[in-house]
Amino acid sequence: MEVKQKKGILKRIAGPVVTAVNLDAHMYDVVKVGDEQLMGEVIKITGDNVIIQVYEDTSGIKPGEPVENTGLSLSVELGPGLLTSIYDGIQRPLQVLVEKMGNFIERGVTAPGLSHDKKWDFKPVVKTGDHIGPGTIIGEVVETNIVHKIMVPPAIGSGTVKEIQSGSFTIDEVICVLDTGAEITMLQKWPVRVPRPVTEKLNPDIPLITGQRILDGLFPIAKGGTAAIPGPFGSGKTVTQQALAKWSDAEIVVYIGCGERGNEMTEVLTEFPELEDPKTGRPLMERTVLIANTSNMPVAAREASVYTGITIAEYFRDMGYDVSLMADSTSRWAEAMREISSRLEEMPGEEGYPAYLAARLSEFYERAGRVHTLNKDYGSVTVIGAVSPPGGDFSEPVTQNTLRIVKCFWALDAKLSQRRHFPAINWLDSYSLYLETLGPYYDQEVSPDWNKLRSWAMGVLQKEAELQEIVQLVGSDALPDEEQVTIEVARMLREIFLQQNAFDPVDTFCDMDKQFAIMKAIKQYSDQAYAAQKAGVMTPQIIGLKAKNDLPQIKFIKDYKPELDRILASVETEFIKLREAV
Amino acid sequence: MKEYKTVTQIAGPLVFVEKTEPVGYQELVNLVLYDGTEKRGQVLDTSDDIVVVQVFETTTGIGKDTGIRFTGETIKMPVGRDMLGRILSGAGKPKDGGPDIVPEKRLEITGAAINPWARGSPRQFIQTGISTIDATNTLVRGQKLPIFSGSGLPHNEIALQIARQAKVPGSDEPFAVVFAAMGITKEEENQFMADFERTGALEHAVVFLNLADDPAVERIITPRLALTTAEYLAFELDYHVLVILTDMTNYCEALRQIGAAREEVPGRRGYPGYMYTDLASIYERAGIIKGKTGSVTQLSILTMPGDDITHPIPDLSGYITEGQIVVNRDLHRKGIYPPINVLPSLSRLMNLGIGKGFTREDHKKVSDQMYAGYAEGVDLRGLVAIVGKDALSDRDRGFLEFADLFENRFVRQGHDEDRTIAESLDLGWDLLSNLPEEQLVRIDRETIEKYHPKYRKASTGA
Repeated sequence: MEVKQKKGILKRIAGPVVTAVNLDAHMYDVVKVGDEQLMGEVIKITGDNVIIQVYEDTSGIKPGEPVENTGLSLSVELGPGLLTSIYDGIQRPLQVLVEKMGNFIERGVTAPGLSHDKKWDFKPVVKTGDHIGPGTIIGEVVETNIVHKIMVPPAIGSGTVKEIQSGSFTIDEVICVLDTGAEITMLQKWPVRVPRPVTEKLNPDIPLITGQRILDGLFPIAKGGTAAIPGPFGSGKTVTQQALAKWSDAEIVVYIGCGERGNEMTEVLTEFPELEDPKTGRPLMERTVLIANTSNMPVAAREASVYTGITIAEYFRDMGYDVSLMADSTSRWAEAMREISSRLEEMPGEEGYPAYLAARLSEFYERAGRVHTLNKDYGSVTVIGAVSPPGGDFSEPVTQNTLRIVKCFWALDAKLSQRRHFPAINWLDSYSLYLETLGPYYDQEVSPDWNKLRSWAMGVLQKEAELQEIVQLVGSDALPDEEQVTIEVARMLREIFLQQNAFDPVDTFCDMDKQFAIMKAIKQYSDQAYAAQKAGVMTPQIIGLKAKNDLPQIKFIKDYKPELDRILASVETEFIKLREAV
Repeated sequence: MKEYKTVTQIAGPLVFVEKTEPVGYQELVNLVLYDGTEKRGQVLDTSDDIVVVQVFETTTGIGKDTGIRFTGETIKMPVGRDMLGRILSGAGKPKDGGPDIVPEKRLEITGAAINPWARGSPRQFIQTGISTIDATNTLVRGQKLPIFSGSGLPHNEIALQIARQAKVPGSDEPFAVVFAAMGITKEEENQFMADFERTGALEHAVVFLNLADDPAVERIITPRLALTTAEYLAFELDYHVLVILTDMTNYCEALRQIGAAREEVPGRRGYPGYMYTDLASIYERAGIIKGKTGSVTQLSILTMPGDDITHPIPDLSGYITEGQIVVNRDLHRKGIYPPINVLPSLSRLMNLGIGKGFTREDHKKVSDQMYAGYAEGVDLRGLVAIVGKDALSDRDRGFLEFADLFENRFVRQGHDEDRTIAESLDLGWDLLSNLPEEQLVRIDRETIEKYHPKYRKASTGA
């Protein structure tokens, strides 16, 4: 339908939600509100009333001011220049906003997501006469150390290349013309609420290596998988999210700070350019796109930020990259929905959240996945969402609805963080449904023993939990000797394997070989301990074995192998001595 | 200015006005009563048919004969250098008998969000002289760190001690305190004011007072006035500003009162669904800006209803602020001052401001080790209650004793005891030296050999 009446007038203003009349509009059209042309989006139409959520502060706006419909839905600009950028929830570059309006975010300023002046070196990979279609990669731009692949936008359709350029261009200049007359530039626009097309979705069977022992070791996530990190405040959600953004072996990272703290985003901004990617040695910032809509920035833009982020992630996936997306925190996103919904006076569902909360969450997480792209490459988007349950109560609607969708559950535990056990992920409550699909990978790439070792460790930790209940009642001395050793081995697993110091330059990232070596060392002690016990060595001597006290130190040593071998050898010698003494 | 006499409804703090010309959202409103007195309010909802005005004072005397004047601008406050040393009401009017503020500028009190790109990284260590803060929950400039307390606990004393003692070692840049009281009692006010006068702090302070018997709705603007002042002092006049907001619980109650009057769909425990966003618009107004000298550091106090940290007020606050200092009733009962329970306390920005070049290289490790040791000791207390001390292993007994020592020597300190960070850390080492050395798993050997009292004595002896 043609939009006839593109201009309407404002009738009512109540916070971020305004009502306009005499306006033709479709759902989710972007509109310009008031004399200052604030950006907004149509979210409800009833009779003559068009209800709009406004992405900026509405103070001072009066009834009677004009509203203009752009006829477009909320879209992002996709093309070279995305990497290293930091955007607000509606893809306005924050750096440009500082230049335009100073240190504070004022309203009524627009800025395109990408620079339209900057020239990029474009090298074609197709030639005249080639047949190309939606998603075909027609050329490359070296953006940072990442090669930005220029694709045929899905809307353009197929055709034969009539003309293709090579050289330096802005994102608006035509670089390729098809026989159909279609012109292609390096810029694509895509509506954020619509998933980008793929050929097919695949089963995720390759792990996303995060360098975090508890995750890779016990609760792995697949590339293209989904995970939720729920936890009360102060349990380390953000630290965990940031560790994942830093060290996971994805090629592109999209980090959404959704309704979170301003100083935290500053931390990311100052840290990432200084940190090195363990694989490429280049600054982590070069593979990162940041979206920062802090808690005091407009609530409607917070609602949009999650969609902006995932659309950018999908765009890089379509180039054949493995992308991981961190959303911190999805609860703030859900709260933004609740706030808008309550202003619309909609009938509330559970705890005031709108009834469509579950649907929105599942739509979002469903945009994750490992795919066959339109260009027949493999790419993936892994989505890791932090959840901030009120009072740390996991039975609240956002956590519960998220758990129904995601396959990994990394439960943060305030008790653990209080005793400075980090990452404070509870090993009994957490789970990963990717264990089976990822098993073969670990068999091949790490060790055929890995899966067995993992089950052993989980078994010990589980057993410890049961024994701790008894210890709480009768004290540890009352346990049978064998179980005292179990408790000691579990303690080692917790303190050496599970605890990881995100602030130590070495321990912050632990590769799979080292993870395997550490766990194997603990298992070796455990086996020797039980054997010694059978041979009659006294339990306090086994538990108090001096040589094993050095074991925690290997976490902090980069070239750990010689030291680990030395420790294991002296553990063995000490055991032999003990057995000889019997 | 046009005056409307078209009030149709008055409900709680809200006045509904009909048939007006277009009125801006959040515009400032003057209400003229039949006897000529004026009250102030703000537009909460505006449309062609009806305008909802929230009145900042009591609605006593407002009726259908009240004249409504829309001022055509949002709430602005006059700010100036001569605010330092002044005592103002919760609505920003002089309360000390002095003249009106000479405005150097008039600023919007809602305050825009600091662009995250413009923010500087807060990493300047503030020494408060309190060990449980400096050593284990370090405060840095530009941080927002609230005190979670309960009724009847000495949070005011702690806040005052921090305000008295807080300094950046080796720095003499100008600093100011902005103090905003929301719904505190006259007695509490006296306590604060007496201390400010005793220490001469009033000279470089701006005080906003909304007392318990002042209108509750006024509390909505008090913290915003205070923060606007703080931002002006920090970012225009280069002061390092410490903002003390007390008590945020009273602020949230006022927020709930307005929500109920507007018949909004309530969220948890009747608080409005937008309370997170609203609190964020207060707490987030802290920080530093690249290229500016000044800083805004926020220390807000809130009393947890029923000491419940999962109550919506502390809960939502904790999700916004950069940590929390938790004041504990059990420690208070044991007669320990300041009764800060370090276990649920946290400073998120701590790691940025400590370590080599900031405080001392062993800072984080000592802090982590004390946390781990104290947590274990506290757990064991539960066990001792069941099985008795004798049933414990030597190792466990060590931790049990450590927990007691920690509370009695590390947590406990005098009201005017101002410990340097080195003193606090050394005290930590002294206590840790009571544990067997191999139990100090959070500290690497090198650090142990450098700082552990055992080796220090050996080396100084030699």
